[in-house]
Amino acid sequence: MTDTNTTNENETQDYRSNSLGRLTMRRIFRQRSAVIGGTILIFLILVAIFAPAIAPYSPEEVLIGKEDVSKREGPCIHLLGCDEEKPQHILGVDGNVRDQFSRLVYGTRYSLYIGFTSVGFAIIVGTILGAIAGYASSWPDNLIMRFMDVLLAFPSLLLAIAIVTVLGRGLQNALLAIAIVSIPVYARVVRASVLSVKEQEFVAASRALGGSHFHILFRRILPNAISPLIVQGTLGIASAILSAAALSFLGLGAQPPTPEWGTMLGSERNQVFSAPHLVFFPGLAIMLTVLAFNLLGDGLRDAIDPRLK
Amino acid sequence: MLQYTIRRLLLSIPVIFGILVVTFVMARSIPGEPCKAMLGEKATAEVCERFTREHGLDKPIPVQFGIYMKDILQGNFGKSIRFSRPVSDILIERLPTTIELGLIALIIATVIGVPLGVISAVRRNSAVDVGTMIGANIGVSMPVYWLGLMLAYVFALLLKDTIFWLPPSGRLSAGLAVIPFYEYYGWNLAAGSASQTVAEFISNLFIVNSILIGDWVVLGDVVKHLILPSMALATIPLAIIARITRSSMLEVLRQDYIRTARAKGLVERFVILKHAFRNALLPIATIIGLQVGTLFAGAVLTETIFGLAGVGRMLYEAITARDFPIVQAFTVVIAVGYVLINLMVDLTYVFIDPRIRLE
Repeated sequence: MTDTNTTNENETQDYRSNSLGRLTMRRIFRQRSAVIGGTILIFLILVAIFAPAIAPYSPEEVLIGKEDVSKREGPCIHLLGCDEEKPQHILGVDGNVRDQFSRLVYGTRYSLYIGFTSVGFAIIVGTILGAIAGYASSWPDNLIMRFMDVLLAFPSLLLAIAIVTVLGRGLQNALLAIAIVSIPVYARVVRASVLSVKEQEFVAASRALGGSHFHILFRRILPNAISPLIVQGTLGIASAILSAAALSFLGLGAQPPTPEWGTMLGSERNQVFSAPHLVFFPGLAIMLTVLAFNLLGDGLRDAIDPRLK
Repeated sequence: MLQYTIRRLLLSIPVIFGILVVTFVMARSIPGEPCKAMLGEKATAEVCERFTREHGLDKPIPVQFGIYMKDILQGNFGKSIRFSRPVSDILIERLPTTIELGLIALIIATVIGVPLGVISAVRRNSAVDVGTMIGANIGVSMPVYWLGLMLAYVFALLLKDTIFWLPPSGRLSAGLAVIPFYEYYGWNLAAGSASQTVAEFISNLFIVNSILIGDWVVLGDVVKHLILPSMALATIPLAIIARITRSSMLEVLRQDYIRTARAKGLVERFVILKHAFRNALLPIATIIGLQVGTLFAGAVLTETIFGLAGVGRMLYEAITARDFPIVQAFTVVIAVGYVLINLMVDLTYVFIDPRIRLE
């Protein structure tokens, strides 16, 4: 999926600017998958921000008695020859007679929110644990990493289901569960990079200058160990969105009438034969969002660290 | 190698112990009284008291943990609260469904994923390569349950009156019955004996059972029921396997010995299969082993969609119904299975690459 035909011509162009940031940006823009993923993501962010302007209805507005539509009616698009007399619902209406398109548009907000917050939390905790494990070695390393092994031994979705059951249903708890389940991945990534960075000479120099452990770890080592984390984080958002949608689908995450895609899919799943549009579009939206983060993550990986390909 | 296996097994003991602790703690911290959850909100105090005493839930937590550890070491998983039946019986019923589903999904993923990855690597940037990689990206981004529902819609509804019709749920059509092979051959197995347990487990693997007794009608029906769920379950592993195979092959194809092999004038097919693929196999085997976790997680969703009574769905139901014994037993079985399968994968390294000495 990646385009790595870095020709000599391009290499020479790179010397025009010697800023590391600009160099990296240029490398990222050369990755086709990063550009496609980034474009989809920007589009989704715009949809999320301007949801009230894009959605013709409020996502929780029940249209019974307000319009002449019936439960689970299929899409009606005037441009495609739907009767002009009828109200336009480009993706149809759902089981509670709400406009499916508006709900889908607002759902973007939930998906992005879920992805960023749960991964953000997991990265913070995972980084601290992984950094301590990698820097301290000996028993803290053993203790932390063995516990991470235990968490990794459970299939992640099942562990998340169990945690949600303990904490109680709901979007916040589902987020927390997904964050907890994904901590080991980040802890491992950070530990691995800390282990390799801490042997380098500038760390020894910092230590010789009398830097505290805290200073050496957080100001010297971590900033140099962060790039695999960015890649892993982007890919992690993709799987977090997927897991959160699965939890909601099972009725453990966001609760109705929240316009969350997994919830929308879950509550109409028995209607797949009679009203397929209510199942098809939310799933497509989940897939598109997850795809965007996956493509972006792949592209970033190839741009930042070609060795990992 | 034997020494290595034993050491790895010993090393996995702390992890398995950790799994047992986490499972126990989690099962006990589920809020709400199991009694009320099982018997309904209207259960009286007396009924509840008897219920808690019967299930040993009135003892202090450390004592409960001790009993739980002792039971598990003896292979006694206790009785399900919800079904009032031994958990091991339920396990024997449910596990084969999931094993069959997971195994077929894994076979589909490997048999399609590996060749696709190899072709993509060999014909880099060709239409096949671009198509495969786009497909793989979409594949890993797909919600399993959504794909399952869409497959059911297409194959069970749209293709209803064609030969492509496939059943959207269940393991077997109504009117068909699976005769356990040991009954078919008239074996006399003592109830509750180990051999009877094993025989029952095998007979619950419907595919194996129907082959054993030569019942091709049932076999066809079972396979038909398994196609859609295993296709849905196989998608993500397939995509991952294809991607890893491709990148692993690309890495190997760059090596000098491949150039040498070609320079010798070897047939291209021989170079690819004998020289390149053999050496690219290691990461592929690793990733296939790691898919087992994905499969178990996916099984929860796939079994829910396709109405299959397997371990995944059972575990999900047990968690939400606070059926502690089932939750504990099933989690332990799944996690231990996962640890063992990955150990097996590590052991196959020796066969894949004779240079590797496991010590």
